[in-house]
Amino acid sequence: MLMENKAENKAVFDAESAKEVVKELRDSFVTGKTKSHRWRVTQLKAMLKMLDENEPQIVAALRDDLSKPEFESSLYEIQILKNSCRLALKEMNHWMMPEKAKTSLTTFPSSAEIVSEPLGVVLVISAWNYPFLLSLDPVVGAISAGNAIVLKPSEMAPASSSLIAKLVADYLDSSCIKVVEGAVPETSALLEQKWDKILYTGNGRVARIVMAAAAKHLTPVVLELGGKSPVIVDSNINLKVATRRIIAGKWGCNNGQACISPDYIITTKDYATKLVDSFKCELERFYGKDPLESKDLSRIVNSNHFDRLSKLMDEEKVSSKIVHGGQRNEKNLQIAPTIFLDVPVNSLIMKEEIFGPLLPIITVDKVEQSFDLIHSSGGKPLAAYLFTNNKKLKRKFVETVSAGGLVVNDTAVHLAIHSLPFGGVGESGMGSYHGKFSFDAFSHKKAVLYRGFAGDAFLRYPPYTPGKLTLLQALLSGSIVGIIRALLGWFWA
Amino acid sequence: MEKSIAELRETFKTGGTKSISWRKSQLKALLQLINQNEDSIFKALDQDLGKSPVESYRDEVGVLKKSVTYTLSCLEKWVAPKKAEVPLLFFPAKAEVMPQPLGVVLIFSSWNFPFTLALDPLIGAISAGNTVLLKPSDLAPACMSFLVETIPKYLDNKAVKVLAGGADIGERLLQLKWDKIFFTGSPRVGRLVMAAAAKHLTPVTLELGGKSPAIVDTLSTTPSKAKVTAKRIVGGKWGPCTGQACIAIDYVLVEEKLASTLIELLKKTIKRFYGENIKSLKNISRIVNKHQFQRLVNLLKDPDVADSIVYGGSVDEEKLVIEPTILLDPPLDSEIMSEEIFGPLLPIITLKNVEESIDFINSKSNPLVIYAFTEDETFKKRILSETSSGTVTFNDSMVQYRYSI
Repeated sequence: MLMENKAENKAVFDAESAKEVVKELRDSFVTGKTKSHRWRVTQLKAMLKMLDENEPQIVAALRDDLSKPEFESSLYEIQILKNSCRLALKEMNHWMMPEKAKTSLTTFPSSAEIVSEPLGVVLVISAWNYPFLLSLDPVVGAISAGNAIVLKPSEMAPASSSLIAKLVADYLDSSCIKVVEGAVPETSALLEQKWDKILYTGNGRVARIVMAAAAKHLTPVVLELGGKSPVIVDSNINLKVATRRIIAGKWGCNNGQACISPDYIITTKDYATKLVDSFKCELERFYGKDPLESKDLSRIVNSNHFDRLSKLMDEEKVSSKIVHGGQRNEKNLQIAPTIFLDVPVNSLIMKEEIFGPLLPIITVDKVEQSFDLIHSSGGKPLAAYLFTNNKKLKRKFVETVSAGGLVVNDTAVHLAIHSLPFGGVGESGMGSYHGKFSFDAFSHKKAVLYRGFAGDAFLRYPPYTPGKLTLLQALLSGSIVGIIRALLGWFWA
Repeated sequence: MEKSIAELRETFKTGGTKSISWRKSQLKALLQLINQNEDSIFKALDQDLGKSPVESYRDEVGVLKKSVTYTLSCLEKWVAPKKAEVPLLFFPAKAEVMPQPLGVVLIFSSWNFPFTLALDPLIGAISAGNTVLLKPSDLAPACMSFLVETIPKYLDNKAVKVLAGGADIGERLLQLKWDKIFFTGSPRVGRLVMAAAAKHLTPVTLELGGKSPAIVDTLSTTPSKAKVTAKRIVGGKWGPCTGQACIAIDYVLVEEKLASTLIELLKKTIKRFYGENIKSLKNISRIVNKHQFQRLVNLLKDPDVADSIVYGGSVDEEKLVIEPTILLDPPLDSEIMSEEIFGPLLPIITLKNVEESIDFINSKSNPLVIYAFTEDETFKKRILSETSSGTVTFNDSMVQYRYSI
C-alpha cells in the first residue's frame, strides 16, 4: 500500500514543474526577503546547525555512495563547509558594504561607489565525488549574496542526494531554497528556465550543454570543471614529505576521483626509480600490504567508471608499464593505488582526465622539459603542482604554467585557503568561488555615481564651438597648464 | 582567416606579449595613433554618423586618450601578483593571486561609438598581455576602413590584427576557438555569440543595452536646478550619437503634475542646443543607415504613438535625419515602449506619484543604466536597493562612462 502511494506521488519533474519552481522562487525574491542581512544570517546559522546535528548521517550517506572513509567525509566535506558558513557569517557585513570608487577631476564634484546586489534566482548543479561540499558550498555563497536558490545534486550519489534534499527542506527556508533531485530529464527541464546565474561543477561535455542553455537567456555561468593536473617532481627535495603529500592529494582525496587530484607525474629519468621506491614504501605505510583491505580508501563510484578505468589500465602499451599495484575487485568496485612508469604520451591514460587511483609517471631528461610537456598536452588543467627547492624553477613554473591554481611543494590544499579564488581557465572552467569569491560570484557589482547640481560644465552642451573643443581637450587631459591656457583663450576670444 | 588566427596563437606562445615592456610599447603606440590621426578620426566619424568634432572628442578620442594614459600609469600595479592571506594552520606557507593573459582574444565592436568600443576593449586586452583579433562593425564603414589601414602602421602586426567585413565574417570567426570573446551590441546577437562560445567553453564579456530610464523628481525645487536637469536630460538623450547609445536615456518617468513644466524646459533646451527645427538642425549626429532610419520611423507609425508626439516628429529620409522628438504617454504596450529605442525619440511617461517609477522599471527587464534626478535621500536609497541595473547615476547622465567604475 505504501509503495503504491509512493509511486503515485512521485510526479514527473518536467519543464512545467521547473517553470513553477522558478516562478515561486522569483516571487519570493521580489519580496526582498533574501536581501535582508537577517535572512542570510538565519539561513547560514541553520546550515551550521544542520551540519552539526547530522554528521553521522552525512558520513553514512557518503559511505553508501562512495565508501568514503569517515576521516575524509568529516574533514573534506563537513569541516570545509562549516568553515565556509563561519567565514560568511563573520565577514558578510563587510562584504555587503558598498565599496568606494575613485572619482576624477573631470566630473568634480561627485562621489562613486560599487554596490553588491544579489543576482536573483540562481541554479547550482553539483557533482557526485564531493556531493555535500560541491552542493552546499556554492549554496553558502549564493545565500550570503542574498539570492533564492535551486540546488540539483548529482544522481550518481543517490544516498547523498536524498539526504541533502531532506535536510535542506527541514532546516532551510523552502520558500527561497529548494532542492530538485533527478538526472538528465530533470536537469534539462531546469536548464530550459531563465536563471540569473548558474554554477555547474562537473565535466567539459555537460558544461558545454549548460553554457549553451544559459546563452539563450544571457545567463552568466561559473563552470568548475577538471583536467589533467600534473605534478612536476624535481630532485634535491625532501622525498618522503613530497611523496606523502602526493599520496594525500591523489589517493587521500576520494581515491583520485577529485578535480584537483594529481593526475600524472613528470620527473627526470635519473630520479624516477627513487620516486617509485618512495611511493611503494609510503603507500604500504598508508594502506597496508593489501590496499583492497584498507578502510581508508574510497571505492570507485560505479561500474561505468570502473570499466572506464580498467580500459585505461588494460591498454596494451600501458599494462606492461605497471610498477606498483594493479589489483582490482570488480564486485566491490575497488582498484588499488596503481603506478605506471613511462607510458607513451599518446596512450589513453595520458589523453583523458584519469579521475581514479591510477598514477602514470612520465620521465624527461631535464626537469625544465616538463613545462613543454604540460603545454603540449592540450587543455589548461584545474591545478598544477611542483615539488622543488630550486627558486628559478619555481619562478618559471609560476610564470609560464597556466592552470586554475598552482601549488608549490604540496597538493590540493589550496582549495582550503579562502583568500584564493578557486576555479579553472580554458577547458578547466570559467569563474571562481570560495571565501569572498563566492559572495562575488553570486552578486552583481552595481556602479553608482552621485552628482549634484553645482558646477554644471557648459562645455558638454551644444552649441559646439572650437573654443569649447580646446577647453574640453585640456580638461580631459587633466593638465592644469592646459586648462588655464584654454580658459584664458576662451575669455580672450 | 585561419592563417591570421594561427599566427596570433603562435605569437602568444612565444611569450612576447607577456612582457610589460611589450604591453607598454603597444599602448604608447596606440596613443600615438590617436594623437597623430585626430583629424582623420573626426572625418571618419562625421562621414559615418554626422558627429561633430566636440562630440567626437568628448565621447571617443578624449575617452580613449584617458583610458590609455590611465592604463599605462597603473599597468605595473595591475600585473603584479597580489598577496593572499594564509590561515595559521598552513604557516609558513605563502599565497598569491597572479593575473595571466588568457591567450587569443576576439573583440567585436559596434557602430555607434566605432572608435571607443573597438579600442577601449583593445586597450584592456593588450594590457593583460593577450594577442587580439578586432572585428569592427561594417555599419560604420569609414571608421572600419580607418582601423584596418591604420592599426597595422602603429601596432605589432603579429599580435594585433583587424578584420573588415560584415555578419558573415562575424559568423565564421565565431566557429573558431578563442580564449575570450568581448562583444558589444544587441542582446539578440549577444545570445548567438554566447551560444557559439559555449561550444569551446570560451568565457565572454557581453556589453548589451536595454531601456535606460530617467526618473525626474527635481522639478519642484529651484528653477536653476530644473534647468540643469533639463540640460542633462537633453544632453543625455540627443548628445550621444542622437540617442543611438547603449547608455542614452531611453525614456523619462515624471509625475503628471510636472510633465508640462518638464516638456517646456526640454523644448527650450533642444532649440538652444540643436536649432529651431529640422531645417536648421546642428550639433547633432544623424541616423547611421536606412535600415535604422526605417525602424525608427516605423515606431512612430502607430496612430496612438503618432498622436502622442508633443514636439518634433519631422524626418528627412535623404539626409537620414530625425529631429529630436518628444512623446507624452504613448501606449505602454506600443513597440516604442517595449523595445530599446536607440534613436532621437523620447517618450515621457507620467505617474501619479514619482515613487511608482520603481515598480514601472521593475516591470521591464534590467536596464543598463538607471538615471534618477532627485535630491530625496530616501528615494535614492529605495532606487538603489529595490531596482536592478548595470549602473545607477544620480542627477546626471552619461558621465559615469568616463569613470573607471
